[in-house]
Amino acid sequence: MREVAVVAFAQTRHSAVDEGLSEPELILPVIEEVRRASGLRTFGFTCSGSCDYLAGAPFSFVSALDAVGAWPPISESHVEMDAAWALYEAWVRLQHGDVDSALVYGFGKPSQGDLHQIMTLQLDPYYLAPLGLDHVSYAALQASARGTDRAELDEIVRRSRAAGRANPYALDLPDPEGDAFEVEPLRPYDVAAPADGAAAVVLAAGDLARSVCERPAWITGIAHCMDSHYLGMRDLARSASAAEAARAAGAGKAQVDVAELHVRFSHEEPILREALGLDGAFSAATEVNPSGGPLAADPVMATGLIRIGEAARRVIDGTADRALGHAASGPCLQHNLVAVLEG
Amino acid sequence: MSGNRCAVIGVGQTEYRTKRRDVSIAGLVREAAARALADAELTWRDIDAVVLGKAPDLFEGVMMPEAYLADALGAAGKPIMRVHTAGSVGGSTALVGASLIQGGVHDRVLVVAFEKQSESNATWALSTHPPFNASLVVGAGGYFAPHIREYMRRSGAPGHIGTLVAVKDRRNALKNPYAHLRIPGIDRAMVESTPMLWEPIRYLETCPSSDGACALVLASEKAVTGTPAWVLGTAMRSEPIFRAGRDTVDPRAGRDCAADVYRQAGITDPRREIDVAEVYVPFSWYEPMWLENLGFAAEGEGWKLTESGATALDGDIPWNASGGVLSSNPIGASGLIRFAEAALQVRGMAGEHQVDGARRALGHAYGGGAQFFAMWMVGRDRP
Repeated sequence: MREVAVVAFAQTRHSAVDEGLSEPELILPVIEEVRRASGLRTFGFTCSGSCDYLAGAPFSFVSALDAVGAWPPISESHVEMDAAWALYEAWVRLQHGDVDSALVYGFGKPSQGDLHQIMTLQLDPYYLAPLGLDHVSYAALQASARGTDRAELDEIVRRSRAAGRANPYALDLPDPEGDAFEVEPLRPYDVAAPADGAAAVVLAAGDLARSVCERPAWITGIAHCMDSHYLGMRDLARSASAAEAARAAGAGKAQVDVAELHVRFSHEEPILREALGLDGAFSAATEVNPSGGPLAADPVMATGLIRIGEAARRVIDGTADRALGHAASGPCLQHNLVAVLEG
Repeated sequence: MSGNRCAVIGVGQTEYRTKRRDVSIAGLVREAAARALADAELTWRDIDAVVLGKAPDLFEGVMMPEAYLADALGAAGKPIMRVHTAGSVGGSTALVGASLIQGGVHDRVLVVAFEKQSESNATWALSTHPPFNASLVVGAGGYFAPHIREYMRRSGAPGHIGTLVAVKDRRNALKNPYAHLRIPGIDRAMVESTPMLWEPIRYLETCPSSDGACALVLASEKAVTGTPAWVLGTAMRSEPIFRAGRDTVDPRAGRDCAADVYRQAGITDPRREIDVAEVYVPFSWYEPMWLENLGFAAEGEGWKLTESGATALDGDIPWNASGGVLSSNPIGASGLIRFAEAALQVRGMAGEHQVDGARRALGHAYGGGAQFFAMWMVGRDRP
C-alpha cells in the first residue's frame, strides 16, 4: 500500500456542558490548528464524521462545511459514523495515488440531547428498540457476560480519570467513589463521560508527509470489521470483530508502545486488550489510554478519531515508536476499527 | 480515472412503490443486494466489504443503521461503512465503494442504498428547527422553487418546459418495470391540470415518495465476472451552503465535478461523446438547469435542448431513460439508481428503455442546497 501518515492532529478542550458554540464554531479552531501545524491550506480530499441525532436535525454536516471554507468547491465526503471511519475513507482515497493530502474531522454535541434515548435508536427498530434497553443496559449485559472484577474496573476508571486530569483536553473528573449502580453491574463512573468537542487530522502521503512533518506517524495498517447486531448471535465476553480488525491491521506483528482504545464502558478495556493482543507476548509494556480515553472525555463521533490522533501524537513527538488507535461503534463493541501507527 | 480499474458487474433493484408493507427495512435492502449478487453470479461469501448509503437517519428513525443492517447485508465479520452526503448520497455511496477497489484495498464490494419513505416523513425530517438556525419549514420543493424561478428569469425559458420533462420522464418510466409512477396516457394537459405546489412546480412535476433499494457489485479487474461496465471517471464536489455569492442556480461545484469526470474519461464534448445520462432531476425544471451545469448546453440554452426533444429516449442525448427521480424516489437510493442505470445502459441490459449502442453513460446525483455533487462515467470498453 502507498505510504500515508498522520502529520497533524488537533482537538478541542472538550466540555461536559453546552458552551453555546455551534458545530462550525467547535470545528473551526481545530481545522485552523491542523492547517497551521501542517502548513497545508488546501487538501486533495476532505472527509468528516458526525451524527444527525446529536444535533436533532438532518444534515448536521452541511453547516460544518462553513468551517472548512470549501471554496472553491472541494472534493469531499461524509460518513454518518465516528470520524475514525472518515479517516479510513480518506486513507483509502489517498491510495489512488492522484492526491497527496486529506483533511479529516469529526464533531459532536451530546449536551444537546439525551444519549440514552439517542443510542437506543441504533438498535433493530422492529425487534430491539421497542424493548427500551439503552446503551448502558446493553453494556451491562456485556459486563455481566464477561464477569466483572469490581477492583479491576475501579482501577481502570481511577487510572483513566487521573490521566484525564493531566490531559488539558479531557474533563476534570474525580477518583471513582460510591456504590450505586447505573445499571448493575456498572456504576455511573464506569460509563464514558459525554462531552461536546471536535477533532481534526491531516493525512499526507510519501514525500509530502516527510516535508511537512519531522516525524510522521505512518499508518502501517488500518482495518475495520463488523459483528452481528444481535447479542444472542455473539459471544459477548469477547470481541471477534476487534480481533479481526487487529489481525488485518497487523497489530500483533511487533511491540505496541501506546494503545488508545475507544473504551466507552470500563469493562470494555479488558475485552479489547484481549482482542487486540495487548496482553500478548510483545505487549507487557503497552501504555493503555494515557490520554484518559473516553472514560475521561467522550466527544461522541470525534472520540474514535481522537484515539488515532492521540496515538499518532505520541509517534510524532517521539515518545512512542509504534502506537495503536482503536475506534468502536454499535452496541456492545459491534464495530471496531484498528490503526497501527509507526515512526 | 485514478487508481486501479473498477467495474460494475452486478445491479439489483427492488420495485419502487409507495409502500412496501411486505418487507422490513432489512428485507428491502436484502432484496436489492441479492438481485445484484445474482446478476454478478456471485454469493454473499464472494463479497469483501459493504458500503451502505441513505439520506438522514431521521427519516426512518434508525440511527446509524449499518449496525442493524449488517446481518441482512451479509456484513457480519466484514467491513461495512455508512455514507451520508445528503441527496447525493446514493452517488457518493457508489464512489466510496469504487474507491475501495481503485485504492487496491478490496476486490469485490457490495454497494447498497435505500429509503423506506412509508416508514418515515421526509418533509417533517427536513423541516426541523436546529438550535442557532432559522427553520424554513418548506421541505425540498419550497427550497428549490425560487432557484427554478431564477433560472426562468435568467434564461427566458417559456413556462411549459417543466411540463415537457414531466411527461417525457413518465413516458420513459412506462418502459421500466421497477419504476414507481406509471401513468399511462400522461400528457401536457394532464400535468398542467394538477395543483401548483410551489410556483412553478406542479404536483406532477415533482418526484414521488418511494420505498426502495438499489445495489451494485463492484469488482477489480481481476475479479470481474459477467458483463462489466467499466468506471471511466469518478468525482465528488461540495461547496458551503451559506457562502454569499455562490450561484445556486448554476453551482460551481456541479461544473467542477463534471469537468473532473470528463477529464478522467477523456470527454471534451459531452453532448456528442456521451450516449445516455441518468441525472438527478427531482423537479422537472432541473433537467434544463443541469443540461447547462453539466455542459450539454450553453448557458441559457438548456431549455431549448429539452424543447427540441433531444433528451427523449429517441433523441440524440437521452436523459433519464429509466424515468428518473421524477418516476421513482427512494431518496437515499435515488442517486445510486442513476449510477446503476448508467451501468445497465452500457452493459446493454436496460431492457425496454435501452438506448441502442450506448457505450458511455453519465451517472449524476446532487444534494443539500444544490451544493453536494457526485458523478461517474461508465463505459462498455475497458479504459
